[in-house]
Amino acid sequence: MEKNKRVTNCKVVIIGGSAGSLQALLQILPFIEKPVSFAIAIVVHRKNSDEQTLEDLIALKSKIKVKEVEDKVKLEAGFIYIAPSNYHLLFEKDETLSLDISEKINYSRPSIDVSFESAAEIYGQNLVGILLSGSNSDGTAGLRAIQSAGGVSVVQNPLSADMPFMPNNAILHTVPDFILKTEEILEFIKEINIADF
Amino acid sequence: MIEDIELETLINEVYEYYGFDFGSYSRASLKRRVSRVFTLDGFKHFHEFLSKVRTDPEYYKKMIDEITVNVTEMFRDPSFYLTLRKEILPLLGTKPFIRIWHAGCSTGEEVYSMAIMLKEAGLLHKSILYATDINATVLETAKSGIFPLRMIKDYADNYREAGGQEDFSDYYIANYGFAKFNENLSEKMVFSQHNLVSDTSFNEFDLILCRNVLIYFDNNLQKRVVNLFDDSLAVLGFLALGTKETIKYSISQTKYKQFDKEKIWRKIKE
Repeated sequence: MEKNKRVTNCKVVIIGGSAGSLQALLQILPFIEKPVSFAIAIVVHRKNSDEQTLEDLIALKSKIKVKEVEDKVKLEAGFIYIAPSNYHLLFEKDETLSLDISEKINYSRPSIDVSFESAAEIYGQNLVGILLSGSNSDGTAGLRAIQSAGGVSVVQNPLSADMPFMPNNAILHTVPDFILKTEEILEFIKEINIADF
Repeated sequence: MIEDIELETLINEVYEYYGFDFGSYSRASLKRRVSRVFTLDGFKHFHEFLSKVRTDPEYYKKMIDEITVNVTEMFRDPSFYLTLRKEILPLLGTKPFIRIWHAGCSTGEEVYSMAIMLKEAGLLHKSILYATDINATVLETAKSGIFPLRMIKDYADNYREAGGQEDFSDYYIANYGFAKFNENLSEKMVFSQHNLVSDTSFNEFDLILCRNVLIYFDNNLQKRVVNLFDDSLAVLGFLALGTKETIKYSISQTKYKQFDKEKIWRKIKE
């Protein structure tokens, strides 16, 4: 794997995580200092009762603005979008987001697989998928879909993950383009789309 | 996953053969739902699936039931129900007669939730709850008022979070893994099939609830449906949607006033 392969033409970075991923997100998002030229979508498993806290926390810590996800909201570069609890987050051709309350997938709603697969369909090679810590197998099928659509797949190094099961599962069943420690994920994101001069 | 072109073919054929129009459904979700049925029912080729739908009306009905999403729960989003209980019901209570429409009621859990709150507010006797869905199968469940017992603990928690103070178990009888809700709750319910895509207004209401239905529609259809609700709502009546839905892309904002932070709007002029 070409370790310093840079990603260009990225429109969306989608990040999935479960148990232990909040810590990683807080080591990444607040340290992206400059405006980004892509949208960041975040799909994290959580209890319904934590409804607003994740949004509030990330909005507080991050320099990139968090846009509230309502049905059919436009996905725009330079903003963070967080999948609301108890809904699956889907991507539409007209670059809006839509929501779905159908059955849980991998015991989860939002499911990372559902959002990754949906984003892969719409954004193809303009997509980067990042899978973080967790103790559930969600996300593996989604990363595979992202890769087969021409996108880039990144998995958090299980050694730097609080809960290594989820990244391990992805490494076992797919061949990720990158396996990166938390701080390397930050550097990776910072370099997206700035390679072309 | 099926291909886009296959989905569009199915949409056209269903419309041609059965008159049902999925053309304005949000594509991302619809595609997942159709792919799921296609896989679950063991089809290998899309044309086999298509010809089954075309030639077998029973299968077509089953497919529609599977495609439409029927996930619901009692007192879903307790803070929403708390607002209904504390703010909206007292306003409705001043009327001699209360008409409520649950549009897209699925298996009816939210209709029974409403009946419980009306009963506790002493308003059920003068209320009528219309509950409609396009799916006839879920309406049968709704009519029966029988829900899986394994869900009841969550529902009882929701009920309490939504301001309920009675003993929740007084509202149902548990047996064989199911909870059957008391018939005095369903006495004021009227169930019927209604399609938001093509049917029109059928009455005037003081409160319309349509929770997590509009998310499956594209903006054009959302506009149509919100205007259908507008036609069906009395002045000073309320429209309540799901927690992530909005009317702001669908109707003039001068006509409706949003209630607090909840997805409840009051119609302030004709």
